[in-house]
Amino acid sequence: MSGAAPVRVVRRRSKHDFEDELRRRGIVLPPLAVETLQVNITKMCNQVCRHCHVDASPARTEAMSPAVLERCLEILAANPRIAKLDITGGAPELHPGFDALVERARALGKHVIARHNLTVQLDGHPVTRESKEYLPAFFAQHRVEVISSLPYYQAFFTDAQRGAGVFGKSIEAMRRLNAVGYGRDESGLVLNLVYNPVGPYLPAPQASLEADYKKSLKENFGLVFNSLYTITNMPINRFKLHLEKSGQYEAYMDKLLAAFNPVAAAGVMCRSLVSVGHDGRIHDCDFNQMLAMDALDRRGRPLTIFDFDLERALGRDIRFDSHCLGCTAGAGSSCGGTTA
Amino acid sequence: MNYYESEDLKKFGQIGEHAKPLADDFFKYYGNATGTDGALTKREKALIALAVSHALKCPYCIDAYTTQCLETGANPEQMMEAVHVAAAMQAGITLVHSVQMQNHLKKLVL
Repeated sequence: MSGAAPVRVVRRRSKHDFEDELRRRGIVLPPLAVETLQVNITKMCNQVCRHCHVDASPARTEAMSPAVLERCLEILAANPRIAKLDITGGAPELHPGFDALVERARALGKHVIARHNLTVQLDGHPVTRESKEYLPAFFAQHRVEVISSLPYYQAFFTDAQRGAGVFGKSIEAMRRLNAVGYGRDESGLVLNLVYNPVGPYLPAPQASLEADYKKSLKENFGLVFNSLYTITNMPINRFKLHLEKSGQYEAYMDKLLAAFNPVAAAGVMCRSLVSVGHDGRIHDCDFNQMLAMDALDRRGRPLTIFDFDLERALGRDIRFDSHCLGCTAGAGSSCGGTTA
Repeated sequence: MNYYESEDLKKFGQIGEHAKPLADDFFKYYGNATGTDGALTKREKALIALAVSHALKCPYCIDAYTTQCLETGANPEQMMEAVHVAAAMQAGITLVHSVQMQNHLKKLVL
């Protein structure tokens, strides 16, 4: 088809156009650093949460290959400025290479974060039935920072979002993490929890909610943790489908746009991390990854871990779309909580 | 056309038509009274507003303050208790008027 005119894709203008909002306010958001390599190593999960942006479930089979895992470790070894490895999924512990990835990244001196859904400790592998009860001791041995979703300090909201019985199992899993020292100041073993709303509304202020969580979990269950991160639900995939089915999508997007906060925008996580998919493609964040929005270098070429270069990654233009309004609404939202 | 369309809540600002200065004064006062942390937290104010919404039976306000309660960190038990306070107050207000009834009864009875 040489000589054929290139197909020009004309995007339909939306009133929820994130880049229009940036332009209108004169905000530019170039990458600042790559402090964290966030790797999504499997879409398999023992849970099927109603808001999950990964659409994760026990039926998903996508998993990072040994070659891609190896390349991630090479990048970590070659780039001292990338100090953190943030392992997510699905439930990343269901990947057969999870343990070795943690051990080798720690041996490189990296700070390792596991996005641990708690219940996998008790549920085990949904297909092989392999037990995952060793995880608290494994995490402690390798001093992994554990970040766990617990959408509320009560069963009602938690089970509504994550499935019947999840709250009870999460409490038991937290008890086991506490038993090996997690969440206790003197141990240095960090257990952070993640709150996210159970519907199309913004999170309550992080500090006040953290105080409520600490009081309730301590008084009712004797549990402790370090910090609470509040995260806004992103209007993509499973949550977007729910919003559309229930006729709430437009109103939610209006809410996110109306709550746009320039201070929160300045702190968006895509400025300081890159997200790696199971296939080795690089994305500006885990949400872009799920939307198949590859990170592109200045010449429009997709970035992959196979030809990773830190300066090339830092020179990219971050790709935005309407879902990014979720990260800039109110106090902001990131994998590390609020950004404003 | 029906009364109390939920979409109409977005048109609250239209009360400024024909009387903008008064609406501006109202919205400034409304925002300061309900939307800021003061001697009461925003969460406490949201729970009060939720109770008032029920007592005065305003469906717009019930929707708005259910969301506001969640966005300020109130939990469903607190929200339901707030509604019970409104209900108990209304019952009490009804019942305390029986004193007036009894006073008049005593006056009428020989």
